[in-house]
Amino acid sequence: MYRDYLEPAWALPQVLLVALLAVPALGAIVVALLPAARDRQARLVATGFAAVTFVLSIATVLSRQMESGWATYGDRVVSPLLPWAEVDLPWVPALGLEFHLGVDGVSYPLIVLTGLLTLLCCAYTVKKVPDGGSGRALAALLLVLEVGVLGTFLALDLILFFLFFEVVLLPMYAVIAGWGGPRRRAAARKFVLYTLAGSVLLLLGVLIVVTGAGTGDLVTLTGSTELSRATQCTVFALLALAFAVKAPLWPLHTWLPDAHTEAPTVGSVILAGVLLKMGTYGLIRVGVGVAPEGAEWAAPVLGALAVAAIVAGSLICLRQTELKRLIAYSSVGHMGFVLLGIATLSITGIQAALVGNVAHGLITGLLFFLAGTIKDRTGTGSLNQLSGLRETAPRLAGLFAFAAIASLGLPGLAGFWGEAFAVIAAVQRGGPLWITLAAVAAVGGALTAAYFLRLLRQLTHGPATPAVRAVNPAISRVEWLAWAPLVLLTLAVGVVPALVLDGTFQPLTTLLGVRP
Amino acid sequence: MRSQAVDHIALLPLYAAAGTAVLALLADLFAGRRPVTVAVTLLGALATAVCAFAVVPANPTFCATGGCSWVPTSSAAVAAALFAVLTAGVLAFSMPALRLGAAPAGEYCFLLACSMTGGVTVSYAGDLLTLIVGLETLTLPLYVLAGLRRFAPTERPSTRPAEAAVTFFLISVVSTAIALLGIALNYAATGTVHLALLGPAPVPFAALAGVGAALLVIGLAFKVAAVPLHAWAPSTYDGAPIPIAAYLSTASKLGGVLALAAIVARLDTGAVLSALAVLTMTVGNLVALRQSRMVRLLAWSSVAQAGYILAALAMGATGVPAALAYAAFFVVLELVAFGVVVALRPATLPASAGQSGGTSADFDGGTFGDYRGAARRHPWLGAAFVLAFAGLAGLPPGLAGLFAKVSVVEALVAEGWIWLAAVVVVNAVIALAYYVRVAALLYTVPAQPGIAVTDPALVYDATHPRLPVSRPVAAALLAATVVAAILGFAPQLLFDALT
Repeated sequence: MYRDYLEPAWALPQVLLVALLAVPALGAIVVALLPAARDRQARLVATGFAAVTFVLSIATVLSRQMESGWATYGDRVVSPLLPWAEVDLPWVPALGLEFHLGVDGVSYPLIVLTGLLTLLCCAYTVKKVPDGGSGRALAALLLVLEVGVLGTFLALDLILFFLFFEVVLLPMYAVIAGWGGPRRRAAARKFVLYTLAGSVLLLLGVLIVVTGAGTGDLVTLTGSTELSRATQCTVFALLALAFAVKAPLWPLHTWLPDAHTEAPTVGSVILAGVLLKMGTYGLIRVGVGVAPEGAEWAAPVLGALAVAAIVAGSLICLRQTELKRLIAYSSVGHMGFVLLGIATLSITGIQAALVGNVAHGLITGLLFFLAGTIKDRTGTGSLNQLSGLRETAPRLAGLFAFAAIASLGLPGLAGFWGEAFAVIAAVQRGGPLWITLAAVAAVGGALTAAYFLRLLRQLTHGPATPAVRAVNPAISRVEWLAWAPLVLLTLAVGVVPALVLDGTFQPLTTLLGVRP
Repeated sequence: MRSQAVDHIALLPLYAAAGTAVLALLADLFAGRRPVTVAVTLLGALATAVCAFAVVPANPTFCATGGCSWVPTSSAAVAAALFAVLTAGVLAFSMPALRLGAAPAGEYCFLLACSMTGGVTVSYAGDLLTLIVGLETLTLPLYVLAGLRRFAPTERPSTRPAEAAVTFFLISVVSTAIALLGIALNYAATGTVHLALLGPAPVPFAALAGVGAALLVIGLAFKVAAVPLHAWAPSTYDGAPIPIAAYLSTASKLGGVLALAAIVARLDTGAVLSALAVLTMTVGNLVALRQSRMVRLLAWSSVAQAGYILAALAMGATGVPAALAYAAFFVVLELVAFGVVVALRPATLPASAGQSGGTSADFDGGTFGDYRGAARRHPWLGAAFVLAFAGLAGLPPGLAGLFAKVSVVEALVAEGWIWLAAVVVVNAVIALAYYVRVAALLYTVPAQPGIAVTDPALVYDATHPRLPVSRPVAAALLAATVVAAILGFAPQLLFDALT
């Protein structure tokens, strides 16, 4: 009669976490199995599953408890990582793999972002399927991608984290290779080989930690001092390389422009909006969390590379003549700011990185939606042939201008906080190196404004080209449906960044091992 | 002198396997009908698998002082059951060819069952001689099976199957001779053949024992097609009928791995094996990148996969569980891959190929071009193929392959062989390049005809008829795929069974 007390509690939060992965997985299977004749219904079903997942992803906040406990830990230098909710089941004891999921303030915004963007992309495919394959296969792949990304953000076990990190590889390859542009094969192959090269380094790093510390449990490992300094440096070097490929950090970014240029619109949105975040999230959660001394050791290099990425991304963007390629390179610059924030290893910096992550997901997602629409309607992505869009399609041009201005970091919109506070965190860190980095990053920020304004002048102003004159200016309902949430959230996060940052302070103190 | 006590219960799997072979021969002799012979063999193989699991807690038998020659352990039972199931699967894959009379059913079934008997012997072997006898019993029927092919009267006979068989035979005999020399030298140095007693030789003979161990490992490395002893594999696989190629790359390879595992657990051969491992995976993967024929690609990829197993074995006893787990995951995935190839290739020679002077032997696996767009015609086969290739590449959705790779790399990292782990993961990246290329090919939109047509899809359907998949092939493939999927979600089942 004591058995009831021994069994793991299956309260609502645990069910919620498992459902968050099970619903899209089930959805993918159902959608893939529907017959070809019911393609449109299948896409609607996919949207339904994505909507349920989105609701579930928001609902995880319900399991959040009041966080007044950390101050009472007394003498302990750091309080332990306290997820809002977690579920921990044994899966493969022989490999030390546990099915350990959890959500906290750091992962919550990204989980919601993933739910939202997948929902919007699924809704978008209901109306418009890119050439190349059936719409239901694409919708099913989007749901599989969602499983992988959500799993990565939820995983609290290192090997499980690696497993979900790998889940996205082949579906994303299939999305690019199946529904992409004319040079999709080469782009898709480059994407999959680059990112696999990154994730095998992750595997090495993860296994060195697991065998060294005897556990893969992130709750135990975060902020613990189990690993020696030398091990931490090796591990952090491996992990940083792995995540730098995914993020991507200059000079490992070369797969990104090709993948973005060739990918279909929904593929670009998911890739920029959530897949890249797996890299930066991993760096915060696993890299900094498991090997803080290694992070401290590598921080100057990471910071310098991040700043190089900002400047290089901006300079390359100034010379771009292809719309999607330009936005892709702008991602390199934005992720540079995020990585600079992480490299400062301060609470301000990492909060800037988290806000930057979400802002980039919203804004670049919107930009890729708009760029894809423009490319579809005009039949070209070449900036030489695009001009005067505001004359023929004022609404589209207006939305694009909004997204571009948000992306260049206008205060009051989401893009501002991440970039400004990354620079502030670098200044706060002090010392000649970090002050220099902050200054150069600020110049890079100015260059960002320069190329976005140049882009706007080129695209929306001036005389309308033949390609633009033929454009259909109407924006359909599905398009409004897909874009409006991104526009509104860009505004909302811009005005109230606490939407993202609320609840990040306590986990970050644990992560960085500082006294709150 | 008292005669040796024999525990017949422990020998039950062997009796079942050998009985299957005899029954297949008798069924062919007395019934003379193909379905009966095949059914007897299939049932016998399944009975062998059941017996293997039924007698797990048996005592070792054929014991002399210090060691036993027949050791029923839990991992031996898994291996024996795997041999039996692989035999059944390969037989099912051979059904379309047998139905057409491409090979005589009675002899085919008998030889396959003999091979299975050898596999069971290898699984349970407790001394080096039993091990070699088992291995030879496993491979001997395969020389014949690789070349056993009847050509239709309308066909031009090809010498390729015979070439494949002779290459395989010569290389294999030489390798056995080398392994036997190794055993002899080791016996001279240590005076033992029992696995349980193997160990470091007394000081004056240490060098001799070392040479013996190295020769033994090299002889066995031929069996798993480790580079530089691999040259026979691609041409033999490509010349043999596809189901036999599947058997060579699963059961025959498993036999080699088991034999190597038995030896490296007791003798120090880390240096030889790690060199072989690095060469095998790197060369296998790099050459696989350049292939354009399906079976050759599978052959080279299975060479490379053997390299990952050798990497785990290089660590000695600590690497054996990881190596066996990898081998078990690998044979299941490889069987699925070959099953899809069998299902997608017609058993008969199309008229066009016959006119152009080709023979069915050239036609067997086909080039990559023949697979273009195949998954659009057969979505289920395409899904199984993607599962198998993703698994071989170690990526989801082929979770079985992912766990296989993680278990090898984890063992390497835990033992401090980080450099070898790094070689393994770099190779995983190279391997993905060709796996993804071929898997994507199945989904590629087929080439458009050169002339303008109003409905290309209709022309495509007319020129590429959707061939029905024969029922036994489909059933075997389904079973293998389900096993691969279950192992992907519950790999602990296998890890538990092996310990």
